[in-house]
Amino acid sequence: MADHGHTETFALRVQFDTEAQQKDASTLGMWIFLITEIMFFGGMFAVYTVYRNWYPEVFKVASTSLNQIIGAINTGVLLLSSFTMVMAVRAGQLGQQKMIIWFLILTLLFGGVFLGVKAYEWYEKFEEHHIPGQAEFHLEGLPQQEQGHAQLFFSIYFAMTGLHALHMVIGVGILLTLIFQAKAGKFAANYYTPVDVAGLYWHFVDVIWIWLFPLLYLIDRHTPGK
Amino acid sequence: MDHQQQIDTEHTHIDTVGTYVKILVALLIATGLTTWVATLPLGNFSTIVALSIATGKMLLVSLFFMHVRHSSKLTKLIVVGGLLWLAILLVLTMTDFLSRGILGVAGK
Repeated sequence: MADHGHTETFALRVQFDTEAQQKDASTLGMWIFLITEIMFFGGMFAVYTVYRNWYPEVFKVASTSLNQIIGAINTGVLLLSSFTMVMAVRAGQLGQQKMIIWFLILTLLFGGVFLGVKAYEWYEKFEEHHIPGQAEFHLEGLPQQEQGHAQLFFSIYFAMTGLHALHMVIGVGILLTLIFQAKAGKFAANYYTPVDVAGLYWHFVDVIWIWLFPLLYLIDRHTPGK
Repeated sequence: MDHQQQIDTEHTHIDTVGTYVKILVALLIATGLTTWVATLPLGNFSTIVALSIATGKMLLVSLFFMHVRHSSKLTKLIVVGGLLWLAILLVLTMTDFLSRGILGVAGK
């Protein structure tokens, strides 16, 4: 085995010279992954941009059928979860094991609330017959020939919020793993990298929602004559 | 061990709780603001305002919560590079869609 003159620990694997070097490598690796995620979501944002540009009026009407108050509150819940997540990372920096666990549990809780509200919003869409592909699909306030374009909006809505929710579900799994690891006493002031990079992931998912909220819910809610 | 911890504190910048609370409050206010502004009769300007607020929120989350402020130059470069590629994706796609009807192409 290659020996860099130190015994191997979580904080310092044999292939690294210093803990700082290992930490930098982990952070950089996570950012590279997040860049691939940006491109992944970027394709969907491109689709959104093209179709909104083609059917601006339909997108306006379809957007107003979403409840922006629920959307805004849910955005607040997700921002709160990002705050508790960064507090968990801070607890890691300070080596406060108990605080890591509590802040991760709070993050999990807010993330759960977000997903619950999202599930309710989707359920409402089924009740209102706003599901693309539904035989009885009908969006109020649009003529018959525009209904297909309205379905397009809801296809994009479900694809984007669905992909986002999938990331949240994966995030919940990561949080649960971290909580168990923290309980087992795996983290200390010189090693909390899993909490740190999971934080980057969680904040990234938050940033995606920061864009989705105005793009889907808030397309010019002031629509005179409608 | 003492030596190692010294290296660690030099390397890691620990923000105060107050900083994070301030960022959270700013983010929540921005969310309220963007929801309210959308109801104003701003026409096409409404989209610009919404995107500007979202950009501001993204900057707050990435610089503070994601610690980009204190990250290495290489990490910063990677982040900016990623956004640049996203811009290429969106801008070049739109140059096609926005300019399609401009010229009458022979034989079309």
